[in-house]
Amino acid sequence: MLPVAYYIGLSAILFTIGALGVLIRRNPIVIFMSVELMLNSANLAFIAFARAYGEMTGQIFVFFIMTVAAAEVGVGLALIVAIFHTKQSIDVDQMNSLKG
Amino acid sequence: MNFSEVATSGPQFFTLVPWVVFFPIVGLLVNMILGGRMGEKAIGAVACLASGLAFVVSILQAVSLVGHPEGMVVPLADWITIGELNLRWAFRVDTLSVTMMLVVSGVGTLIHIYAVGYMHEDVRHNGDPGRFRRFFVYFNLFIAAMMVLVSGDNYVMLFVGWEGVGLCSYLLIGFWYEKGKDGIGNAIAGKKAFVTSRVGDFGFLIAAFIMFAFFRSLDFETVFAKAGAVAAATPWAITAITLFMLLGVTGKSAQLPLYVWLPDAMAGPTPVSALIHAATMVTAGVYLIARSHPLYVLVPGAQSTVAWVGAATALFAATIAVGQFDIKRVLAYSTISQLGFMVAAVGMGAFVAGMFHLVTHAFFKALLFLSSGSVIQGVERGQHHVEHDPRLKKQLKNQGNEFDPQDMRNMGGLRTRMPTTFWVYLIGALALAGIFPLAGFWSKDEILAGSNAFNTWIYGILAVAAFFTAFYMGRQILMVFLSEPRSPAAEHAEESPPLMTVPLIVLAVLSVLGGALNLPGVDSFGNWLEHTIKLGQAAVEAGGFNLGVALLSTILALVAIFVSWWLYDRRFREMQSLPAAKRPDDPLRSVIGPVFTGMEKKWWVDELYAAILLNPYIALSRFLADVVDWRFWHDWFHDVLIVGGYNLLTRLLSVRIDLGGIDAFANGLAAATQNLAARLRRVETGYVRNYALAVFVGAVLILGYLILR
Repeated sequence: MLPVAYYIGLSAILFTIGALGVLIRRNPIVIFMSVELMLNSANLAFIAFARAYGEMTGQIFVFFIMTVAAAEVGVGLALIVAIFHTKQSIDVDQMNSLKG
Repeated sequence: MNFSEVATSGPQFFTLVPWVVFFPIVGLLVNMILGGRMGEKAIGAVACLASGLAFVVSILQAVSLVGHPEGMVVPLADWITIGELNLRWAFRVDTLSVTMMLVVSGVGTLIHIYAVGYMHEDVRHNGDPGRFRRFFVYFNLFIAAMMVLVSGDNYVMLFVGWEGVGLCSYLLIGFWYEKGKDGIGNAIAGKKAFVTSRVGDFGFLIAAFIMFAFFRSLDFETVFAKAGAVAAATPWAITAITLFMLLGVTGKSAQLPLYVWLPDAMAGPTPVSALIHAATMVTAGVYLIARSHPLYVLVPGAQSTVAWVGAATALFAATIAVGQFDIKRVLAYSTISQLGFMVAAVGMGAFVAGMFHLVTHAFFKALLFLSSGSVIQGVERGQHHVEHDPRLKKQLKNQGNEFDPQDMRNMGGLRTRMPTTFWVYLIGALALAGIFPLAGFWSKDEILAGSNAFNTWIYGILAVAAFFTAFYMGRQILMVFLSEPRSPAAEHAEESPPLMTVPLIVLAVLSVLGGALNLPGVDSFGNWLEHTIKLGQAAVEAGGFNLGVALLSTILALVAIFVSWWLYDRRFREMQSLPAAKRPDDPLRSVIGPVFTGMEKKWWVDELYAAILLNPYIALSRFLADVVDWRFWHDWFHDVLIVGGYNLLTRLLSVRIDLGGIDAFANGLAAATQNLAARLRRVETGYVRNYALAVFVGAVLILGYLILR
């Protein structure tokens, strides 16, 4: 069986890729995908520790996170549709109404 | 002095005495409130009745005094009570005050009656008939004030009357205040009288203050009772009181050096001159000294000062009277001169003689003034007649543009045109000149005899003054009534109505018979006054009769009249042959030349006063007003210092403190906030990724902190 550190390392790499994707990409669809990547890297970390310690708590958290991620994607896609209706574009750099 | 057994007999009306004041006040109130709806006759009747009733009350007082010669003090009300000062409003009835009451109300009533006729014409001549009522309101007010003066029981009440008559004098001198020289001549004359008297009133007040300081009272009774004790303790106090009182007397009774207001006071209507400036008010000073005799007899120095002032005034004014051309001014200076006689008499201690002359002088001087008023109106009527007659009008061509109906050079020959006036005037003039047996002879000779016993110099001065008196009266009679008319107005002069001549005749009778009051040997007036003026026998007798003195003064008077006849009849006729340019306006001028000019110009006393007192005073007041008040206080102190300083301070506060401090702080705070916000807003890019990065970095930092802690 592989040591936990390997899982954690993969999880960190995935999280970093996801975070960079969120920060760098301009397409909201891709950003959502990156967010999913970050959530799933967390899931991976939870599963790894749950298995290592023989605890069920981590497994249950993963289910919660999946549910939240699904809800988040639903809300996020609805927002993207609404924004597209008004601005005819979904480029996140166009959405700077909060600029001071 | 054993009248104690008769002291309980006879009727007594003393308690009626306040009515001598109340009747005139009621009269003036009626005229003031209802006079607007009453005719001239009703107004005149009310005023005469008020004065006449006061006379009736005075007679009742006199009748009561016959049975009760000690008199009575009738208290009316408490007036002022402050600490030790306790003044009552009380009326004093004694032989002295009742004598004055009788003169004031008696002569006053006759003058009231005369004034009804005189003012009827005067208000029309001056073009304002509405002032008829005002005149009689003032006249009744005068009677009331004079009654307060003579009946007061303390010096303060006397002072109230003293000021009251001064006020009436001022109001009546300026009665035609918009007339006279430059339209304000009469007003200026009134002001002069008021201000000059004020100088004297100041003396009166100081005397009253000193009196209260030493006597702790101002009641006649108390003061006189303590006089001896105070004189023993502090002699100078009595001297100061009497001398300051003399200053008051010189102001009110027109003595040197304060007499200058009286000649100018002739600006008032003639009844005013007769009542106020000849018969009554101006004698108040004589009354004051007679009333204060217990003080004066204690200080012989003050007595002789009074006598010298009176004698000097008598002579000085008599010389001026010789050089005057205005008929009323001659009488005015004559009044000053005669008041000098009275003041000299009371100064010498001949109080009875002084009061006697006061009474007779009231008769004949009122008579002379009223007759002169009749003359003036007669000439005015003549002038009116000439102006409105087309045939006579051309005679006025060579006459000056302004006709003066009071100038004696415009008169002459009035004897046949105004016979009644002539005869009463002649009686008055002879009485004044002191011709036997008229009233003036007895009273003046009593004074001369008293002065003969007192001081030869004063006697000499008074005798010369008496000579001048006879001379200027002779001159006046000759210029006004005898010789030929010197103007068309005089030629057509008309006699006055009976309303005016009847009081004249009554006064003429009094002027003839007035001497009977105090005939030598009988001394009825002396005995009457003795109840009040208790000097002991010797002092009263000092004013007795002296045959040598009487003969000498009669001879002097006759010589004076003869000289005046020679100059103003003989010389005047001779001068008529001279060409008009070389003919002097007065025969006396050709005889004594510059001296006459001095007399005519009143010895330049007015000019002297103007130079040494008036002009420096005016210059000082102008300096104070223009420089000190206006330039210093107003322009500099007020405008520059206060306003300027205030402006400077407010500017400092508003610009430096408010704008530069408080506002700058608030604005700076706002600007700094704005500035900071402008810098901070750059953080808010609006890009989602920046926020995400911030959240990410923040999470990293917090986690890093937690891990590495």
